[in-house]
Amino acid sequence: MSRITLSKLAHSYLANPTSDADFALKEMDHVWQDGGAYALLGASGCGKTTLLNIISGLVRPSQGRVLFGDTDVTDAATTERNIAQVFQFPVVYDTMTVRDNLAFPLRNRGMDAAYIAKRVGQIAQMIGMEDILSKKARGLTADAKQKISLGRGMVREDVNAILFDEPLTVIDPHMKWELRTQLKQLHREFGHTMIYVTHDQTEALTFAQKVVVMHEGRVVQMGTPEELFETPAHTFVGYFIGSPGMNLLDAEIAGSEARLQGVSVSLGAAYGPTTGRTQIGIRPDYVTVSDQGLPVTVRRVEDVGRHRIVRAEFAGQPLNAILPEGMTLPADPRVAFAAGKINVYANDWRIAPMGA
Amino acid sequence: MDKTLNNKAWFLVLPVLVLVAFSAILPLMTVVNYAFNDTFGQNEFFWAGIDWFEEMVTSDRLHEALGRQILFSVIILAIEVPLGIFIALNMPKKGFWASFCLVLMALPLLIPFNVVGTIWQIFGRVDIGLLGHTLAAMGIDYNYTNDPIDAWITVIVMDVWHWTSLVALLCYAGLQSIPQAYYQAAKIDQATRWSVFRYIELPKMKGVLLIAVLLRFMDSFMIYTEPFVVTGGGPGNSTTFLSIDLAKMATGQFDLGPAAAFSIMYFLVILLISWVFYTVMTNLDREENR
Repeated sequence: MSRITLSKLAHSYLANPTSDADFALKEMDHVWQDGGAYALLGASGCGKTTLLNIISGLVRPSQGRVLFGDTDVTDAATTERNIAQVFQFPVVYDTMTVRDNLAFPLRNRGMDAAYIAKRVGQIAQMIGMEDILSKKARGLTADAKQKISLGRGMVREDVNAILFDEPLTVIDPHMKWELRTQLKQLHREFGHTMIYVTHDQTEALTFAQKVVVMHEGRVVQMGTPEELFETPAHTFVGYFIGSPGMNLLDAEIAGSEARLQGVSVSLGAAYGPTTGRTQIGIRPDYVTVSDQGLPVTVRRVEDVGRHRIVRAEFAGQPLNAILPEGMTLPADPRVAFAAGKINVYANDWRIAPMGA
Repeated sequence: MDKTLNNKAWFLVLPVLVLVAFSAILPLMTVVNYAFNDTFGQNEFFWAGIDWFEEMVTSDRLHEALGRQILFSVIILAIEVPLGIFIALNMPKKGFWASFCLVLMALPLLIPFNVVGTIWQIFGRVDIGLLGHTLAAMGIDYNYTNDPIDAWITVIVMDVWHWTSLVALLCYAGLQSIPQAYYQAAKIDQATRWSVFRYIELPKMKGVLLIAVLLRFMDSFMIYTEPFVVTGGGPGNSTTFLSIDLAKMATGQFDLGPAAAFSIMYFLVILLISWVFYTVMTNLDREENR
C-alpha cells in the first residue's frame, strides 16, 4: 500500500495533440493519500476511466509521471503494479468455477493453497456466494458475475490500491446498497486505498471520505461531501452535486452586496473586485419562499415526498427553491437567500471572500 | 391465433427436393444398386447380396489404405490446428498489417486443388523444382518419386501450406470477438501469457475450433486431387489414400461392385467419426454449463 502521486499528468488519445481540446485529461497534479477512500465523480466522458486506467497502467499517459510511494511506475506494466481494478461490466473466466475465479489473482501470485482457501472463503462470504463456489461462472446472471469481479478485485490483501470503475451499474438497487456498505467496511478493516469512479452523486457521497469531481478532463475540486455541498469550487460542482443543483444567477459584486437586475442582495461577506462573467450561487436548500425578497415567477412545483421543489424564474434565469413540507406557496411568491450560504463565481471558478 | 392450414405450401419445397434428388439421392441409390449387384454391362444386373461388402471388409488393400488415411488425417490435424492457433495469436489485430496478413493468409485458399498439386509437383522435382533442386544441391537426398518418406513429407507439407490458413482465419475471427476488458482484467489479475491463452482465448475460440477441426478432418479424410497430382498415390502404394484407391478401383479397374461397397462404407465411416466428434465436443460444452 502506498500513496499515489500524479505529477504533471496529461493524456491524449491522439498521436499529436495540438489544442487543449485534444486532451482527454488536462495537465494535473494530484495526490491520493495512502488508505484514503476516494470517489471520482463526473459526467460521462469527462476522463474518469482514462485516469483510472492510467493509475492501473492499462493506459500509458502521454505526459507526466505516476508514482506509487516514491517509486516511479509510469513505465511499469499493469502486472508489476499489483493493483486491483473492477470494471463497469462483469469480466469472469467462463470456464472456471466461482472458486477458481476468486482464487485466480492469488494463484498468479503463487500464494500457498491454505491461504488461498481461507481468503476465498472470506470473500465468498462477503459477496454472499458461499453456496455456489463450485459452480461454473458461465451460467450465472450478470449481477452474480459482477459480484465475482468485485470479489476478485478484493481478494488480494497486499494491493497498492483498489480501483472501481462504476462497478455497481449492473447490480440491482437493493444489492447495490449492501455491496457499497461492505466496500466501506472492507476499507475500514484493511485500509486499502480505494478509488471509486461513478457518475452517481449519492454513490459517491455515501462511499467516500473525499470526493474528487472531474469536469472536461480536469479535476475541479477535491473535498469532503460537505465542502462540495457548501462551497463548490466550480459552477460544475454546484450544478452536478445536489438535487436540484445550485442556482446560478448573473450578478455584479460590490463589496458585501450583489446586485441582481437592480436588486441588492446581501452576501454576508465582502469580496474584492471581480473580472469576467460574475455569478452568485445559492443552493435551493438555502432559498426561502415567502412574501418578501426577490420577485419570482413560479413555473412548476414538484412534490418529491419529503419536500417540494419550486421551479421558478428570476429575470429570465431559472431559480429553484425547496419548500419544506407543510408550507404553502404565497400568492405573490418572493424568495430570500440565506446570507452566509452564497458563493461568488467569476468565469465559473469560486472566489473566496476577503479575509477568508 | 389460429394457424392457417395450407397444404399447398408443400409445393414450395418441391424445387429443392428435385435438386437434391438429382444431385445426391439418385446417384447414391445408383451406388447402392452397384454395391448389391454384379453387372457385365448392357444394364444387366445379378444379385450379389453382401458379397462385395465381405470382400472389401476383409481386403488388405482397403485396410492399408484406411491405415494410411487415418495416419495422414491425424498428422495434418496435429500440425495444422496448433500452427493455425499460433499464427492467429500472432497476427496483428488492427491497422494496415492486419488486412495485409488476412489477404496473405487467404491466398492459398483461393488456389484450385489441382493447381496446388501441380505447384508442389514441380516445386519438389529434383531436376527443375526450386525446392527439390535446392535440397539436392545442399546434399540432402530428397526424391518424392522414389522415397515413400519424402513423398509423405511432401504431401503433408503441401496440405499444411494449403489449409493452415483456414484454421488460422477461423481462430483469428474467434480471437477478434474477445472484448478488450478480458485482457485488461487478466493484466490486473497478474495472469501469465499462458493463463490468458488457457482461460480467456482458448475458451472463446472453442466454437470456431470445433468447426475448424471438423472441416479439416472431413477434408483431409477425403483428400484426392493434390496427392494424386503430386505422387499419383506412389511410390508404390505409399500415398494411396482412401479416395485415390477408390477411384483406381472404380474407374481404373472397373470393379464397380467392390468400389460401390467400398464407397458406402467410406461414407459411413466419415459420418460416424464426425458424429462421434461432434457429440464429444458438444457434451464437453454441456458439462461446463452444469
